[in-house]
Amino acid sequence: MPHVSRFRDLGQAQSQAPPPLAFGDQCLILNHMVQYAPTRLDDSFAALSDATRRGVLEQLGRSDASITNLAEKFHMTLTGMKKHVGVLEEAGLVTTEKVGRVRTCKLGPRRLEQETAWLERYRRLWDARFDELDKVVDELKRKEKNNGRTTRE
Amino acid sequence: MDALRESDPAQMKNRTTVERTSEREFVVRRTFNAPAHLVFEAWTKPELLKLWWAPKSLGMSLLSCEADVRVGGTYRFVFGHDASKSMAFFGRYLEVTPHSRLVWTNEEGDGGEAVTTVTFDEKGGKTLLVLHERHPSKEAVDDAIGFGEGLRETFEQLDELLVTLAASSGRKDK
Repeated sequence: MPHVSRFRDLGQAQSQAPPPLAFGDQCLILNHMVQYAPTRLDDSFAALSDATRRGVLEQLGRSDASITNLAEKFHMTLTGMKKHVGVLEEAGLVTTEKVGRVRTCKLGPRRLEQETAWLERYRRLWDARFDELDKVVDELKRKEKNNGRTTRE
Repeated sequence: MDALRESDPAQMKNRTTVERTSEREFVVRRTFNAPAHLVFEAWTKPELLKLWWAPKSLGMSLLSCEADVRVGGTYRFVFGHDASKSMAFFGRYLEVTPHSRLVWTNEEGDGGEAVTTVTFDEKGGKTLLVLHERHPSKEAVDDAIGFGEGLRETFEQLDELLVTLAASSGRKDK
């Protein structure tokens, strides 16, 4: 697998220098990714270097699926799909759970972290808004007091 | 004592909490030290709304803020620094119940309308504000969270890296 070895080299280079990733203002996600570096990041790149595995991730982004479903969708053998899912699982991109004879795949812990990071950004947005809203409301309160009357709609 | 975390007693700050309550729903809660009619006023007068909707502390700025706050009325907020890099949020008000309840649609998304409900509950001169956002689907939430987008960006960056690597190692085409 030439791609994988390429990404392994890349991973080593990254352990000396900051990863050349720029997610815009999504620093939180980046922080979470850095926690994985270098091994985990390395694995992620390897996992994402294959078109089928990228397809599997996109598919799982829409809904959870069994290995059998995935194998059918991507026209490959069960063994082949198991291998791909194994690589994704190792990279923390996918988790699997076996119930009875069916192994269900879903997007892995990375997704949870991203959700947590997003929720925190969402909270900060509202928190910052509400801090400003406090000021506006204080001002309204002061005006109401000064006017000595209540506002009417 | 519901105001915590703040060392300066003159600046008692109430906490903002968020919670994902279902696949499609989020809830934000915050208490304000003022009666409901004042908090409601700040949500329904555009000239007041624009004072707090784009907090400077987050580096946001509003290019325009129009809101016709009555049932069926529309709103349009445009964020950004200039017209070339701006983002519009728009929709219409479904319910406007003075001092207690506001409901509006968010129509800027591709995957259908999200609906936001804000309730104002006054107790002892304070107002508990609960903001509830319902997205049209799980997919829309994924988009909002940026999962799809994050993945796309990762792929784009991988492509770039591959090009760089190929260039630096001197590509050997067969």
